[in-house]
Amino acid sequence: MSAFARLRQSRFWPMLWKEFIQMRRDRLTFLMMTGLPAIQLVLFGYAIQTDVRHLRTVVLDESRSAESRALVATIGNTGNFDIIGNVANRNAIRDAIQGGDVQAALVIPPDYEREIKRGRTVAVQMIIDAADPQTAAAAMSGAVLAAQARSTEIIGQRFRIAPPLEMRVRPWYNPAGRSAVYIVPGVIGILLTITLTLITGIAIVRERERGTLEQLIVTPIGKTSLMLGKLVPFVVVGYVQMTVVLVLGMLIFDIPVRGSVPLLYVLTVPFMIASLGVGLLVSTFARSQAQAMQMTFFFMLPNILLSGYVFPRISMPLPAQWIGLLLPLTYYLKVLRGVLLKGVGLADLWRPTLSLAAFAVVLLTISVRRFSKTLE
Amino acid sequence: MSAAGALAIEIAGLRKTFGELAAVEHLDLTITRGEVFGLLGPNGSGKTTTIRMLCGLLTPTAGKASVVGYDVETEAEMVRTKIGYVSQRYGLYDDLTVYENLRFYATVYGLHGRERAVRLDAHLAALGLDEYRTRLAGTLSGGWKQRLALACATAHEPEMLFLDEPTAGVDPAARRAFWNSIYELARHGTTILVTTHYMDEAERCQRLAFLSRGHLIALGTVQEILALFKQPTIEEVFIELQRRDEGAAA
Repeated sequence: MSAFARLRQSRFWPMLWKEFIQMRRDRLTFLMMTGLPAIQLVLFGYAIQTDVRHLRTVVLDESRSAESRALVATIGNTGNFDIIGNVANRNAIRDAIQGGDVQAALVIPPDYEREIKRGRTVAVQMIIDAADPQTAAAAMSGAVLAAQARSTEIIGQRFRIAPPLEMRVRPWYNPAGRSAVYIVPGVIGILLTITLTLITGIAIVRERERGTLEQLIVTPIGKTSLMLGKLVPFVVVGYVQMTVVLVLGMLIFDIPVRGSVPLLYVLTVPFMIASLGVGLLVSTFARSQAQAMQMTFFFMLPNILLSGYVFPRISMPLPAQWIGLLLPLTYYLKVLRGVLLKGVGLADLWRPTLSLAAFAVVLLTISVRRFSKTLE
Repeated sequence: MSAAGALAIEIAGLRKTFGELAAVEHLDLTITRGEVFGLLGPNGSGKTTTIRMLCGLLTPTAGKASVVGYDVETEAEMVRTKIGYVSQRYGLYDDLTVYENLRFYATVYGLHGRERAVRLDAHLAALGLDEYRTRLAGTLSGGWKQRLALACATAHEPEMLFLDEPTAGVDPAARRAFWNSIYELARHGTTILVTTHYMDEAERCQRLAFLSRGHLIALGTVQEILALFKQPTIEEVFIELQRRDEGAAA
């Protein structure tokens, strides 16, 4: 028999054909595969805004002078604070912040203008609702920067000199500082993890649960065709999802694609294999579809929190960073952001690629070995 | 038919243990081609374990077994192309239609193109499944599922058919129709090994073997066994044998 005829008659094809029919008919799976990319994209693209801006701010201006109005304007111009109005006294500030509709309050003392004109240092106060530390950190640095800017202006006017130093910041890769640019490439990684680990795991457990796996083992299909026929369809689905997210990301969120897309698709292979390995492994432990679902969610949680998908790994305590190093997604995110945002190639990405390849080999070997054992 | 002799099944000193528990203990048994052979015994007597070893689902702990001339351990690949297997759970895909199930298993067994289409059409018609062609397997009643499972296991015309309690939970009319199909297959030369709990079904077999706690405790035709144990029905024999064996165990 020729190689072509052998390939055509391979028992892998009926598996593939059957798997696609089942995917189309199973509503939950179909919804997870089509609806999930869209929902994830919109949710994570729009909802996750790690940049803190536009804190609602009230002003208690006891100076009521030209100088105090200039300070309020400077602070408003930072973009960190939205000045929404004036209050009459400190009690009003307390009420407003406690009520939750105001996050910051600027207090300017009565002698503000007079002291500045005398050339003395005068303290103004910024009260911040610091219950959310991330918001507070951004607000505090914003307030300090605004005060420094205003100080420089005043010194300049007083002594008629130009400031000696100016820092010109050039934010590379994401000049507008939009969260979506950081998050949306990560959505691809999370989606692939869901499809190739969760949905694949469930699909295999379902065969075991319903007795069809046993039926297949009795046929001449062979372990390799059986596993390939079961896994390859999800790889195809993974690539479709990835493409959908990329295109929507470009159209809706203006995500830059600076590097080579074919390279990205190739570097995705080891990540997919590693994820399939986890899915296959889960299927050898789980006794029911529900159990497979629970086990995979347990795996998803660190992936979402510790891989650097939403929260930067650099700000995590060391143990959390170490756990992150054990997740394939951590390395795949570097590949995704490297290719899409930085436009770098293999020369800069060989480290995460090598790690992914190692994960792929180890996870696939362990899981195939365990799975083969359960077939006996 | 393959030229591997007149024996469909040859078992010698077959043994299977799960940890401390011996599920099958030194089993010797031969089944000739074309026989309808019944394997009887209470739950946990080793019937299913025996069938699973013959199908290659379990590896024997000791002993030898061959199916249509091929060793179940060393020639498992060949065995798989020659046998059909209907399990208690039927092994059907609920979310595929009747025809899709049939087509899937036929292709896995190596049928393709026109040959497959012709064979499946004939098969559907013979089993009366024609009008259910586009129904999802999950929506069929127990009797029709069983019939479809039989169809899926026999589309490749196996030389040997294993039926593991195939009629559990199926109504009497469907059981009768099922047995008519079995006889039809046997008439065309298929050897059949069936396990069952129904004694009326046991009496339909040409030869019977009784298992108890992993041991073969009786073997012969229905008449031989009735004469040997001086009982009026196979059901009485069954109860008597079980009582004796439990007495021996105690």
